[in-house]
Formats: sequence, structure tokens, C-alpha cells
Amino acid sequence: MFAYTMRRLLMLIPVLVGMTLITFSIVHLIPGNPAQVILGETATESAIQDLEESMGLNEPYPIQYGVYVTDLLQGDLGTSLRSKAEISTEILPRLAATFELTFFAMLFAVFIGVNAGIISAWKQNSWFDFLAMFFALVGVSMPIFWLALMEQWAFAQELGWLPAYGRENSRDPIEPITYFYVLDSFFHMDFSRMIQVLKHLILPSIALGTIPMAIIARMTRSSMLEVMNSDYIRTVRAKGSGQFLVIYKHALKNAIIPVLTVIGLQTGVLLGGAILTETIFSWPGIGRYVYEAINYRDYPVIQSGILVIAFLFVMINLIVDLLYSYIDPRIKY
Amino acid sequence: MPKETLLELENLHTHFLTDNGEIPAVNGVSLSLHKGEIVGIVGESGCGKSVTSLSVMQLVPNPPGKIVSGNIHFKDENIVKASQKRMKQIRGNEIGMIFQEPMTSLNPLFTIGNQIIEAIRFHRKISKKEAKQESIDLLKLVGIPRADEVIDEYPHQLSGGMRQRVMIAMSVSCDPDILIADEPTTALDVTIQAQILDIMRDLNQERETAILLITHDLGVVAELCERVIVMYAGQVVEEGNVREILKDPQHPYTKGLIRSLPKLHGDEQTLYSIPGTVPNPGLKKTGCQFAPRCEFAFDRCFNEEPELYNLGDKRTSRCFLYDKKEGDAAEHAESTLGS
Repeated sequence: MFAYTMRRLLMLIPVLVGMTLITFSIVHLIPGNPAQVILGETATESAIQDLEESMGLNEPYPIQYGVYVTDLLQGDLGTSLRSKAEISTEILPRLAATFELTFFAMLFAVFIGVNAGIISAWKQNSWFDFLAMFFALVGVSMPIFWLALMEQWAFAQELGWLPAYGRENSRDPIEPITYFYVLDSFFHMDFSRMIQVLKHLILPSIALGTIPMAIIARMTRSSMLEVMNSDYIRTVRAKGSGQFLVIYKHALKNAIIPVLTVIGLQTGVLLGGAILTETIFSWPGIGRYVYEAINYRDYPVIQSGILVIAFLFVMINLIVDLLYSYIDPRIKY
Repeated sequence: MPKETLLELENLHTHFLTDNGEIPAVNGVSLSLHKGEIVGIVGESGCGKSVTSLSVMQLVPNPPGKIVSGNIHFKDENIVKASQKRMKQIRGNEIGMIFQEPMTSLNPLFTIGNQIIEAIRFHRKISKKEAKQESIDLLKLVGIPRADEVIDEYPHQLSGGMRQRVMIAMSVSCDPDILIADEPTTALDVTIQAQILDIMRDLNQERETAILLITHDLGVVAELCERVIVMYAGQVVEEGNVREILKDPQHPYTKGLIRSLPKLHGDEQTLYSIPGTVPNPGLKKTGCQFAPRCEFAFDRCFNEEPELYNLGDKRTSRCFLYDKKEGDAAEHAESTLGS
């Protein structure tokens, strides 16, 4: 287990180097002079030269890359062209917002998805199975923006149960500590605010979690069905085990491995790609941050945003791989 | 001296419902198992011997399998209609079972110890620590070296023979009255086979565990059993004492089976084989199921279904040759067999 973990960590290094090479290249792959592109068509020659000077664009590529990586290692993600602020300080609250949303979306997706999959497999061809798999099919096929708009219409506008957008009541902002508002309100011992924050999380979490939930449910079901027919499940039954233990202990542990892959991939996708949902719900997350940067051609922000998202993706895959070897003692690469 | 009957199947029918109709995998099997006895069930693949044993445990995959009719008497109880709750108490505790495939019969993600301790604690309220000690003792009992280490290992770290020993240890962990062994040695090589059979014989003698041994290997039966039941196409075709059946088989199918064994001091150039194949259980057929492959078959065999004729001395045979009315044919068969 330890050797495996170490090997897996070492394998990270080439991946991270490759990632930084790609994000580094983004600026240089823009057709024409990056400084020209950044400043626009009307920029003067001297302004372009100044920018090239300040961005170090005159240096040879290897040196530029060296500087870029050294900065990254010190936590310096560069400066936003638009706000002139440090990207690392700008990105943190947005990262927290996305994390919080992703966590609750995946919590919803995994809990319902895995259980629906298990029960569908357990009671194969029952009405529950048909119903669950019908909803799973609807879930994977549904356009997320449409679901989000329908939620807002039904639960915010018509019923007025839940807030339609934002992370909190904008008139009464929270004083951030960790930027995870659920945690922050807990640290402030402000439980009515915590409920407010949670209420804000419900609609976007459901919108964001629906597709992963549907995929997880289908995956769990097929994986469980396969495992339930195996010899060792028959052995457990022959030992006199109750059905619940057969399913939730012996079958689930075997069936969960492919499901974990899906959970990991989906979490990665949500962390990076929730632009649509974050826009509809005015969620100040990283997806929207990058989206706005693209609109303003804020290349350093795009660069850093992509790097951070890619980094998270790699980390989640690392966690999933380590979980594999924890669950299955046979896995040793 | 008649011993107490532990298990008695009465006219058991287990069918599989498939897209091609209802397939009778077990078609009216009756058999009994007494205390401390080892009984073998032999037959070709697909003759229904495994389904018979799974039916006893109510472990036939349902759907598509289903016990359609018949009774299963376990001690004084008819368990064919027993509740799931009652079956949970019986499985592992009163009837243990081991399976053909030791490589896949243990859960790969749990340690050996975890799986044996679990089996013990399903049925007895003892602490994990006590159960662990008992598990180590059980592993020693079935001849596993370094049992106190093996208990913390995973199935993939053990060989097939070791895993089958673990399966045996697990299935007898609650000292069951009956051990059903479904082809326990089929997937193992011959030396390991012999060791596993020895373990089972020891269990039988020391603990008086009755064993129902399902196999297609007549050698295994000869080695271990007192009584043997020969099955063909979901039916019992012959039953009797092992030695007598091996020496003097009565049913043409058993005769064929024994003739097709290679002999140590024979001079045959080619090994005998019964012509034809096991009938597809989906095809309904009148008459004796074996008739199309039988060299003694006559008209009646294709039109009427033979019953199990009692041959005396606890021997039975499902063949018209032993119907008193067919005396001539029996004599004919007798003379043919002599050649």
C-alpha cells in the first residue's frame, strides 16, 4: 500500500510538468504577438514593447518557462489584466464556492445514485427498477440549463421556497474565514445563516448533481447485477447471511470500484465545467471566473484557471486510484 | 441398524423458467441422507445434481429457477416452504455447503479471517476475538500451515487447494449436521484432491457430519462414499451401495459410465463412451430419458416412463429390464453385458 502510494505520487510529476507546459504554451500559441493580442488592435508600439518587457516575453522560451514554473511553485499565479489583482487571491474564494457546490452536488448524486442502483439491481425488473432507470435515462438526457431554469421557476418563483440565485443574501454578506460559507457560518456559530446558505445550495446542487446521479445509478446497477451472480455471493448466502449484509457488505464492496471511477470523473467535470450552472444561479465559482476572463481576453486568468482546474482533476484521480488499492488488495500497479 | 434420517427429498421438481419455456432441471428426485453417512450423487454435467443440492439450501437463483413441487424434509421439518428467516438459520449452521470453484467462491476483498469469523458470528453470539481463535483452530483442522498468518491474508494470496480448505473450514465452522459438497475436488489437481477427500472423511468420522457429495468422478465416490445415487436428465436412475454398483451396475447408464472408465490393467485400444449426448432438458420426451442412447432399449422404453424398480438390498434402478414383466429382456441384457 505504501509502495503503491509512493509510486502513484511519483507518477504525478510528469503529469504536472505536462500540464504546466500546456498552460504555458497557451499564451504563446495565440496567433501573432501575445502582447498585441492582449492590448488589442489599437495599441501603440511602445505600449506593446512595455508589456512584452513586463511579461518577460523577450526572453527565450526555456527561461520564460522556468520563471513561470518558479512563480507557480511559490503560489504566484500571475496578475489579472482586467482587475490588476493577484490571481491567486482572486481565485481562492471562487474555488471555495465551486468546491462547496460540487461537494453538495456529488453528495446528492452519490447518495441517491448508488442507492437507487443497488435497489434496482436487488429488485431487478420490479416497478422500482423500471421507474429508477426511467428517471436515470431522463436525467442523463436532460439539458442542465433547462432543468436549472425549471427549478428556479418552480421552487423560487412559483412556490417561493428557495432562493433563485447567489450563495447568500446579498444584503447581509457573511464575513469569510475559509470561504466555504457552510463552514464559515458554523465557525461564526450563526445557525440561521447556515440554514440560509444551505438553502442557497439546494437548487444548484440538484441541477448540477442530476447527470452524475443518473450515470452513477446506471453504473451501480449494472455493476451490482454482475457481482450478484458471482460465486462468492452464493457462498455468503450459503453461510446464512441476511440479504442486506450480502448486498451492502459483500456485493457493494466489489461493485463499487467501477462506480468510483465514474464518481471521480464526474467530480472532476463538475469542478471544472460548471460554467452553465454557475452562470444561471449567479454562483461566483471558478467556472464563471474563467468564462468572464475569456470574454475579456484576460489571458493570465484563463491560463491559471485552466491550470487550477487541471490540477484538481489530477488530484481527484489520484484520490480515486488510492481508494482502489484501499478497497481491493489485489490492485498493485 | 437404521440410523436417523437427516435429509429426505421427496419427488423434488426444480424448474427453470426461460424464454424457451419451462425446463425441468430436477425432475422428481427422491433421496435420503442419514446421520453420519456419506452419500454420493454422480452424473454428467447438466444432469441436475448441482441444482438438487442448491434446492436443498434454497439457493437456486430465482428467477429463473424455482422449486415447483416436492418436499424437502430436514430432520422433522419440511423446509421446502420454510421462511427466509428459517433458511438463514439452517444455511451455514445446520447445513454447510462447499462449491466447485475455490478460486471464485471466496470474496476477494475480505480477508480469510473476516469471512470465517462472519460465518461463525451469523449463528453464534460470541466475541470477535473468540471467533478469531476458533477460526484459526478450524484452519489448522483442515490442514492449513501457518494458520495464524493465513487468517489475515486475502484469498488471492492462497492456492486453489488452500482456498478449498478455507471453504471447508468455513462451511463446518458451526458444526453442521450436513455438509453438501458440490464437486469439491473438480477444479483441483489429483494430489490435492486426495488431501481434500481425506479432510472430508476425517470430518465425517470425528464430527459425525453427514456428507452429500456431488461429483461426476466415480473415483471420488469409490474413495469416500458408502451409498451412491446416479442421476440422469434430472432423475435418479440408480441407487445402491457403492461397491455393489461399481462391481455390478444395473442400469444401462451406470453400466456405460463404469465401462467408460479407463482400466489399469486393460488391453482396450479405444476407451468406451456412451453414444450420444445428454438430452437437452428443454425437450419434452415420452418414455425413458436414456432410451435414445441405450443399447438395450426396446419399444416400451420409448413409450412409457420407467419407475424406480426395487432390486432388493436397498438397490433401485429406473429401467424396464428390472420390471418383473420384462424377464426375458433382463436376461438378454445380462448375457450381453457378460461379453
